[in-house]
Amino acid sequence: MSGKVVTITSGKGGVGKTTATANLSMGLAIAGRKVVAIDADIGLRNLDVVMGLENRIVYDLVDVVDGVCRLKQAMIRDKRIEGLYMIPAAQTRDKTAVSPNDMITICNELRQEFDYVLIDSPAGIEQGFKNAIAPADRIIIITTPEVSAVRDADRIIGLIEAEEKGPGQLIINRLRPDMVQRGDMLAIDDVLDILNIELIGVVPDDESIIIATNKGIPATLVNGSVASQAFINITQRMDGHQVPFLELKSSKSLMERFSKFWNRN
Amino acid sequence: MGFLEKLFSGSSNKSSSVAKKRLQLVLLQDRIKLPPPVMEEMRDEIIAVISKYVDIDKEGIDITLTQVSDQNCLVANIPVLRTKHLAQ
Repeated sequence: MSGKVVTITSGKGGVGKTTATANLSMGLAIAGRKVVAIDADIGLRNLDVVMGLENRIVYDLVDVVDGVCRLKQAMIRDKRIEGLYMIPAAQTRDKTAVSPNDMITICNELRQEFDYVLIDSPAGIEQGFKNAIAPADRIIIITTPEVSAVRDADRIIGLIEAEEKGPGQLIINRLRPDMVQRGDMLAIDDVLDILNIELIGVVPDDESIIIATNKGIPATLVNGSVASQAFINITQRMDGHQVPFLELKSSKSLMERFSKFWNRN
Repeated sequence: MGFLEKLFSGSSNKSSSVAKKRLQLVLLQDRIKLPPPVMEEMRDEIIAVISKYVDIDKEGIDITLTQVSDQNCLVANIPVLRTKHLAQ
């Protein structure tokens, strides 16, 4: 079995990469896939805390690279769901502790055992980002419908195309349909017109995400919210299923035009 | 803004429309990525071509990427001193 390595990146910080990595990994595991999530944000680790696995850390990614431990020893098995594992980042080192080749070697090994290897990329375009995209088969770009995030996403799209890792797939995160309706927030179509890449999902702004992170229980594990349903739908699309986009409470014509776009593909 | 203006301007004054236009322009500039020496070279070549036909104020030239009625344009403002005659 050869697994797929999917890197989740954004350029801009704070748009939801870690949340997405946690929820997509969880969602894929719930769907029966064997998944390992890797936190590539060396020095600023967060995937552990968002997934609620922070107390289980013994070894981390840098320990593996340094040969201090075997890959399996750094893998934390999530006891809540079958088939979900996580490799944390180091908190006391920085991005220079790992190289792109290290990431490629590790992921080649992981590919043999897992259906999906999800990599939580750090923000920025420097070493950490380069490490995170080096082993990627596919790249998911997260943006919010805001000027700075979209601008940074555009740069990232350019960079990954230059590395011949493109085109990526886009998740628009933290959409607020009420603001879109009022004309106070960029709409899905606006973002797609500007970035011009395939959309793989739209996640609405949802308080349940903050609550989930507070508790260390990813929203998709509980699956009672719109955001969690959006993430679940994304995991299904990652697996190749056609899933209509959620009708978020925004102008109906936008969603109708959207479903037509999806169905054409 | 007057009531009639609001009625006919439609959504173009909504902040999301402003955001979209600004993004399109800033991304054009980001994507074109002309480094300053290349911009200088382009500028010099434009000056050379125009100077064949008109005398221009080389110091007064201004070349920028901007929006002109919804279109992203490279706009060159070239102050003209007098026209040269082509026939010699």
